[in-house]
Amino acid sequence: MQNLKPQHIKASGPVSDKEPRLIAQDVSIFYGDKEAVKKVNLSFQPNTVNALIGPSGCGKTTFLRAINRMHDLTAGARVTGQIMLDGANLYGEGIDPVDVRRRIGMVFQKPNPFPTMSIYDNVVAGLKLAGEKNKTKLDSVVEKSLRGAALWDEVKDRLKAPGASLSGGQQQRLCIARALAVDPEILLMDEPTSALDPQSTARIEDLMETLKEQVTIVIVTHNMQQASRVSDTTSFFLLGDMIEHSPTAQMFTTPKDQRTEAYISGKFG
Amino acid sequence: MTPSITKPRSRSLSSRSDQTFQAVILGLASMVLLIAGLYAAVLLLGGIPAFAKEGLGFFFGTNWDPVSEEYQAFPFIVGTFVTALGALVIATPLAIASALFVVEYAPKWLAQPVANLVELLAAIPSVVYGLWGLFVMLPIMRSFQTWFVLTFPSLGWAPTGIGLFSAMVLLAIMVIPFISAISRDVIRLVPNDQREAAYALGATKWEVIRYGIFPYARAGILGGVILGLGRAVGETLAVTMVIGNANRIAPNLFAPTATMSSVIASNFNEALGAMVPALIAIGFVLFVFTMIINYVARIIILRLTPQGIRL
Amino acid sequence: MTSSLPTTQSKGLTRTLSPKRRLENLSATVIIGILTVIVLLPLFAITYEILSQGIGNINLGLFIESPKSVIDTSGGGGVAHAIVGSIMMIAIGLVIGLLVGVGAGIFLAEFSEHKLVPLVRLFADVLTGIPAIVVGLVVFQALINSRIIEYSAVAGGIALGFIMIPIIVRSTEEVLKLVPVSIREAGLALGLPRWLVTMQIVLPAARAGIVTGIILAISRVGGEAAPLLLTALGNNFFSLDPTKAMAALPLAVYKYAFSPFEHLIRQAWAASFVLVLLIFISSLIARYVIRERN
Repeated sequence: MQNLKPQHIKASGPVSDKEPRLIAQDVSIFYGDKEAVKKVNLSFQPNTVNALIGPSGCGKTTFLRAINRMHDLTAGARVTGQIMLDGANLYGEGIDPVDVRRRIGMVFQKPNPFPTMSIYDNVVAGLKLAGEKNKTKLDSVVEKSLRGAALWDEVKDRLKAPGASLSGGQQQRLCIARALAVDPEILLMDEPTSALDPQSTARIEDLMETLKEQVTIVIVTHNMQQASRVSDTTSFFLLGDMIEHSPTAQMFTTPKDQRTEAYISGKFG
Repeated sequence: MTPSITKPRSRSLSSRSDQTFQAVILGLASMVLLIAGLYAAVLLLGGIPAFAKEGLGFFFGTNWDPVSEEYQAFPFIVGTFVTALGALVIATPLAIASALFVVEYAPKWLAQPVANLVELLAAIPSVVYGLWGLFVMLPIMRSFQTWFVLTFPSLGWAPTGIGLFSAMVLLAIMVIPFISAISRDVIRLVPNDQREAAYALGATKWEVIRYGIFPYARAGILGGVILGLGRAVGETLAVTMVIGNANRIAPNLFAPTATMSSVIASNFNEALGAMVPALIAIGFVLFVFTMIINYVARIIILRLTPQGIRL
Repeated sequence: MTSSLPTTQSKGLTRTLSPKRRLENLSATVIIGILTVIVLLPLFAITYEILSQGIGNINLGLFIESPKSVIDTSGGGGVAHAIVGSIMMIAIGLVIGLLVGVGAGIFLAEFSEHKLVPLVRLFADVLTGIPAIVVGLVVFQALINSRIIEYSAVAGGIALGFIMIPIIVRSTEEVLKLVPVSIREAGLALGLPRWLVTMQIVLPAARAGIVTGIILAISRVGGEAAPLLLTALGNNFFSLDPTKAMAALPLAVYKYAFSPFEHLIRQAWAASFVLVLLIFISSLIARYVIRERN
């Protein structure tokens, strides 16, 4: 077993006393003929942090990107099955992916603030570009989102500075603020700290504890310690299959599947 | 009716607006295709009266006579190709040599300014070259030709200055910077390990160039030369100003003659009657030739460039 | 760029370099050197001539006066009419050049899986090599000969626009492709439709490069006289009427070159100098922008 002392593992929070908000049913994802994700079934409760772990190429990121219909943009990619958000199928007939992405936000592996925009404009990009002109409203959204991303105090005096002038960790928090500004219900995070230094990583991990009061988080991470620190549930992916899904504490102390155990104890991956 | 995913927003923010956007962009992009088609169609249709009147004689006949309204374009086709090929024969070794000099021989403080100068000269407009050709080059050329004719009187050439040779030389001067710049880029792109491997085997500088660099750069340079040919074929005003505009095939290297582009430029504004379709027909021939030359250059660069070099 | 040669000074190595190879190397160096000098001679001559003749003949009158009447041989007058004409026709050309050029550039970069993309790219490439005079011929035949419009600045501008299109297409495509994919993804993940992401996020990010492409296109057509000969015809008088014949700087150079009047020939040189100077400045700007970007 890797150095996972019990106190490093998140205490099991209220995981199963609410109706699941986001449910994936028999979701398969194909790139051409290759089946990258095979009939995955998962459900996520509101206001929880849920980690997806597994070795490289296991399909966890592919699955994540299906949730906000990013595969619509890839030629040759095909998603089958259903993903239900509050009872409505995101892949249903006539559903506009653009609408889906207003309700489900995403933060990417490498911080990607919009290069020609100021900090202020970056945060409100989702609103301003969509036509919101009310300055008072925009100002309040900026403050709320930057506070929510724990960045407000550091940048409140230089909101007009270019987004690119921030450090790596600050840029990623800016991207989180930007995603929060459109008021999503779900926030998807694709290895959000893998390009950051340990301090910035710790700050963002701390952030997730407060963030989950606003949004439900699904985070892909290849860092198991991170998963055990921040998440309420963990799902283990391997070669396109979802092997096991459990409350985090349980997954890391008493995994049900042998393969999960092997991965967690570092035998491969 | 499936429940809507979110409250209704304006139409312009949905995927529907994307379809409009794609249609607009597609429309603009198709204009590129339409314009190319327009060139071909307009020139062909405009030139048909001339083609019809002369038949094959249009291409191979040498009689360009406004009086009898007979217009045959062979002299100009010949003129274009002889000037262009002659210019390339002169320009290519010079251009490659200067490119090699800049990349392989010159110290850094010399290489950059020389390269910049060459690049600037590639951008000088044709008229300005023509002006220089007319007032500076021609007097020198006249002196040279006079000397030449006196040295070889039996040839019977006339040292007018204006003529085929001047056009070739001026064209060469114009095309050298173009080919040199392309060659320079190609040579610079040859990976350094090619050079170092050759040096490590004890090769001299020339051998490194010959065996380490040329095999890689060959295709790109050839492509550049062919693009230079395309440029030379299309060159108009500078050539018009020094070639003499005589509507027949040059009997010797110093004689005045004309090219397809020069005959159009010099006759167009006064052209009447059957001359107009004839000039347009010549334009069509010019169009086809340059399309083919550019297409061939593109294929050569694309197909024959070895891996590791991207132009 | 030169690598340092392995030294052949030490005794053991000189023996392997045969005299034949050494001679070959030396001759190659000498020949390349001589050829380069031959190349540089006319280049220096031209630069020198343009500078000396041009600077010597530059005066304020060149820029603000228009030609005096043909009978007045006292000298003086200027090319103001040609400067204005050039600006007008380039502006008209830019309308077409930008719309189609940037539009097609967006098509090639953002919709790269579309089946028409290879064809559009091929045609844009090949169109860059079409001689300017052929473009002028097409505009003449299609618009002027068919009596749709007369010899005019509009016709000239259209011809210039056609020439600019392929240049702007290729540079726009190149620059758009440099914008990282993750920027687009971030925009889309905010729930913005693709057209907003392209126009409000990607295009502004590529702004500098696109402007550079436009500057290069302008400096290319600014010197073209051949197509204007057949479409704008030129004009000896100052005019602001786009529907009538119009003067242009390169056209003025062409016409004055054959003039019997000394002062007009000097104006031709001065105008050439101005043209080359503008082209030089725009290439400097372009190079500066590219360096900033990297």
